[in-house]
Amino acid sequence: MSLWEYANPVKFIRTTDVVLPWVSALAVVCLTLGLAWGLFFTPEDFRQGSTVKIIYLHVPSALMAINAWMMMLVASLIWIIRRHHVSALAARAAAPVGAVMTVIALATGALWGQPMWGTWWVWDPRLTSFLILFLFYLGYIALWSAIEDDDTAADLTSILCLVGSVFAVLSRYAVNFWNQGLHQGASLSLDKEKNVADVFYFPLLVCIAGFVLLFVALVFLRTQTEIRARRTRALITREQQG
Amino acid sequence: MRALLARDLRLAVRAGGGFGLGLAFFLIVTVLVPFGVGPQTALLTRIAPGVLWIGALLACLLSLDRILALDWEDGTLDLLATAPLPMEGIVSVKALAHWITTGLPLVLAAPLLGVLLNLAPGGFLWIIVSLAVGTPALSVIGTFGAALTIGLKRGGLLLSLLVLPLYVPTLIFGAEVARRGADGLGVGAPLMLLAGISLGAVALLPFASAAVLRINLR
Repeated sequence: MSLWEYANPVKFIRTTDVVLPWVSALAVVCLTLGLAWGLFFTPEDFRQGSTVKIIYLHVPSALMAINAWMMMLVASLIWIIRRHHVSALAARAAAPVGAVMTVIALATGALWGQPMWGTWWVWDPRLTSFLILFLFYLGYIALWSAIEDDDTAADLTSILCLVGSVFAVLSRYAVNFWNQGLHQGASLSLDKEKNVADVFYFPLLVCIAGFVLLFVALVFLRTQTEIRARRTRALITREQQG
Repeated sequence: MRALLARDLRLAVRAGGGFGLGLAFFLIVTVLVPFGVGPQTALLTRIAPGVLWIGALLACLLSLDRILALDWEDGTLDLLATAPLPMEGIVSVKALAHWITTGLPLVLAAPLLGVLLNLAPGGFLWIIVSLAVGTPALSVIGTFGAALTIGLKRGGLLLSLLVLPLYVPTLIFGAEVARRGADGLGVGAPLMLLAGISLGAVALLPFASAAVLRINLR
């Protein structure tokens, strides 16, 4: 029994078929619970008023936007090293989800920034590096869709993902150098004893769990779709040739 | 390698090679900026280093698809791939040829265009230095992008989309050196970081570009 068994598309589909309904249901439960709790049953912040509640969408989506790219990086590495097709397809499946998470984070940030900072957008290091991350997602998705041959596309995009990761990290620290920040520092760290007040903290954790589950469910579903689409194409080609 | 470099340079300089096209583009962008933002000299002095950097970057971008596309179309690249020269060497030579024909002229032209934009007197040295240090990174990163999009029909637009985000760190540090230089501040830290990015890109990216080319030539 090893992890690599799931690299077999049949095995992957069979397993995710079992897991997917549970993950989706849990995601729905967590998101409903977390958002309802966060939006309706937490007090308003002393200074921020009700805008503090944007945190329940902003923080989890920003978290997942970065983690989606990390997952694509790992999947690309697995594809380059071990040539498992499911891995390449999973990276492909995760990209649009990650891009949407980036957009959600940017949009909710702008909505919060308007009343709080008095502006929709500032060229703050965090905001800027997120915009750059979004551009990386766009380039990655565009390259996938531009290349017709599946294996070539997988190879090229995984190398782009590796190179892009290096440059994304470089950009992240380069923008720090370039401008001072308006965005607050990290609100959630594992090594801090107290992050934010407990009333906001626990619903936020539930929301984060919901976003993680949602991401997993979407990636499973989209990977399944990719596998089935590719199989259909193969069958059609065989039909035409035979 | 030397023969390949000489061949690329000759092809670029002779008619139809597009040598000077990037330079002309650089000139036009720089001339258009005062039309866009108005002719106040104080404002132009402030934005001159950034405008020169953006102009140089765009001029570089414009000439990227010529690095490999022509050789790909007429099959030269297939012959080069079977030559005893390693692919990494080919890619490096291509990037070097691109730098000599595009990057170097941009470096030399930048101070002249700086006069048009009323660049601060202290800035001339640093715009040359920052471009000289930064443009090799632009060429090498661009070669990687060109290798990625080589087989595509609508590769040009995609090439920009892929390469521009990769240019961000180089642009930030390069423009920072030029701006601090123009303001008479110390440029040590950004210059080191810019040189670091350049050297790192020159040392490592040819491997990625070569891998991409091998995949595309399969």
